[in-house]
Amino acid sequence: MTTALTTPWARAVTRSRLFWPAVVLAALLLGNLAFTPDFFAIHLKNGHLYGSSIDILHFGAPLILVSLGMTLVIATGGIDLSVGSTVAIAGALACQHISEAADPASLGTVFGAIGIALATAVLLGTANGVLVARVGVQPIIATLILMVAGRGVAQLITDGQIITITSEPYKLIGGGYWLAMPFAILLSGLVALLTALLTRSTALGMLLESVGGNPVASRLVGIRAMRLVGLVYVFSALCAAVAGLMVSSNVSAADGNNAGLWIELDAILAVVIGGTSLNGGRFSIGGTVLGALIIQTLSTTVYTIGIPPETTLVFKAFVVIAVCLIQSPNFRAKVAKRGAGRHSGARPAPATTTTNREVGA
Amino acid sequence: MNANALLARVRGQIPLLVTSVLLVSMFTAGSVQYDGFFSGQVLLNLLIDNAFLLVVAVGMTFVVLTGGIDLSVGAVVALSTMVSAWLVEQHGWPPLLVIPLVLLMGTAGGWVMGWVIHTFEIQPFIVTLAGMFLARGLCYTISIESISITDPSYTAMAQTRIPLGDLFISPSVLIALLVVAAAFVVLHYTRFGRNVYALGGSEQSALLMGLPVARTKTTVYAISGFCSALGGVLLTFYMLSGYGLHAVGLELDAIAAVVIGGTLLTGGSGYLLGTLLGVLVLGLIQTIISFQGTLSSWWTRIVIGGLLFVFIVLQRLITARRR
Repeated sequence: MTTALTTPWARAVTRSRLFWPAVVLAALLLGNLAFTPDFFAIHLKNGHLYGSSIDILHFGAPLILVSLGMTLVIATGGIDLSVGSTVAIAGALACQHISEAADPASLGTVFGAIGIALATAVLLGTANGVLVARVGVQPIIATLILMVAGRGVAQLITDGQIITITSEPYKLIGGGYWLAMPFAILLSGLVALLTALLTRSTALGMLLESVGGNPVASRLVGIRAMRLVGLVYVFSALCAAVAGLMVSSNVSAADGNNAGLWIELDAILAVVIGGTSLNGGRFSIGGTVLGALIIQTLSTTVYTIGIPPETTLVFKAFVVIAVCLIQSPNFRAKVAKRGAGRHSGARPAPATTTTNREVGA
Repeated sequence: MNANALLARVRGQIPLLVTSVLLVSMFTAGSVQYDGFFSGQVLLNLLIDNAFLLVVAVGMTFVVLTGGIDLSVGAVVALSTMVSAWLVEQHGWPPLLVIPLVLLMGTAGGWVMGWVIHTFEIQPFIVTLAGMFLARGLCYTISIESISITDPSYTAMAQTRIPLGDLFISPSVLIALLVVAAAFVVLHYTRFGRNVYALGGSEQSALLMGLPVARTKTTVYAISGFCSALGGVLLTFYMLSGYGLHAVGLELDAIAAVVIGGTLLTGGSGYLLGTLLGVLVLGLIQTIISFQGTLSSWWTRIVIGGLLFVFIVLQRLITARRR
């Protein structure tokens, strides 16, 4: 696009899929510096790290997790709307188990709670996976069922109340510190790293992309698409469940109504900003992490500047529109046509533009 | 071949038949179980309490018939209540000016979304998601608090009862039924209606047949925007307030009503009156749960989710057999 960048390395950097998300994140962070001069300051207090950038990572940890699961689902050309409900159900189940246990602070109780939450997540993910992969329901609709019913189930578990618990080991997951860092950051970092390794060092990532890019062709070359797609929904549910544990552990309470509310939309947004195509067929784990951080930084910025937090939605709307327009081949073709003007030779129009020609009334 | 065609026709009606049977059996079960359930007023209350949902679901039916989806409806409803309350209460505008303005705003918003979806070939789901964020966000830029409406013409609309013998309905029900009637005529007896079905059946074929695909698609979203705005106006009559948290999750109820009403989510097949039945089923679930008394309100969501599941699998079985 720009003619100034001629050196090969500069071109390689700007062409990188992570370039634009990274620029946006950097711009947002620098913008914060203008409002709060000590934005990047990190203090060490009682052996714990404190600071705005740590806060962004800390509060963004559940979103990063959910977005990771969502990335793989979207890579196969699907979508998972039920993650918000899974977050609520996982938190509710864990807190319910801990609040009823004889000794809420014992390690056994906490591991039991985590086990119950994760096992339920596997069950929910399998339900989604079976509906999408075996029954062949569109992913939006299949996961919509759990999104609608899941909130009800979460409230059923908590009996419509907010369950509060006091359990030191459970508190560690979302609110505790380990090696001076919030444990939640380390946990999501680990999951992100494992996901990246698993998909990029093995053929798994490529298989997922091929299923998303062309399901028929990948079946013909012998990829077991059905099993892969099913697995992806289980992974997404598991990520959401861990995020649910984190959210409930951070506030030491389970709220069936509000835990993970709208997180599915934020996660989709993060994935899209990170350069993963909603049509499936290509994904970027690094991009998703950057995308989740952009969204969290946006929320934090809105809080620190003092704009009513609810208006973040307006900003998010514009981000979604901008990112989608940039991803749209039609939009690019139109901008390129206008930008190139008349002096350059007429480039053959992409085949897609012919489909939107309106033919008579 | 004739027999086959007949069979295919009957098969297309299965979801609608199931919904009708469900509605009748739910009402019968409720009447047997609870005192005072079997009355005309309970049925009419279904309409009174769900008039706005009915209008929104009608708009959603158009969109789903083309194979699209509109996630912005709940947010547009909320924005309409907010703008109405804000202009009428805090700026003293006359309701006769505010209501057309709100309707125009909703229509324009829907049209723009439809235009973006068609022109840039972005998935409807993500465009209307952006619309949803924008509309909810705009609500909060007006006010974070709820604004109550004390304007006499609004309270009159809220309190007026139109008697039907011993029973009564509200003006909103009349408006909603008018919308249903108009939509029924448009969808089943006009060229535009046939274009909608053709577009949902196969966009490629519709284009090759020379149908105005672009215009139909944008119009469908404009209709949905209009219906959402009108739903918002009806909700202000019902709630007498404007609030950014009104109608949260309404888009899901509307989609559920359309699906339960027998419209295929892949587009191209369905009936407008099915949507009316779908809304009544959703309303009846709520009524039964409130009559039961001991069941908590979250059971509504679980039952709706279960119904959605059954109907979606049913749809899938029907379409699979057709191929």
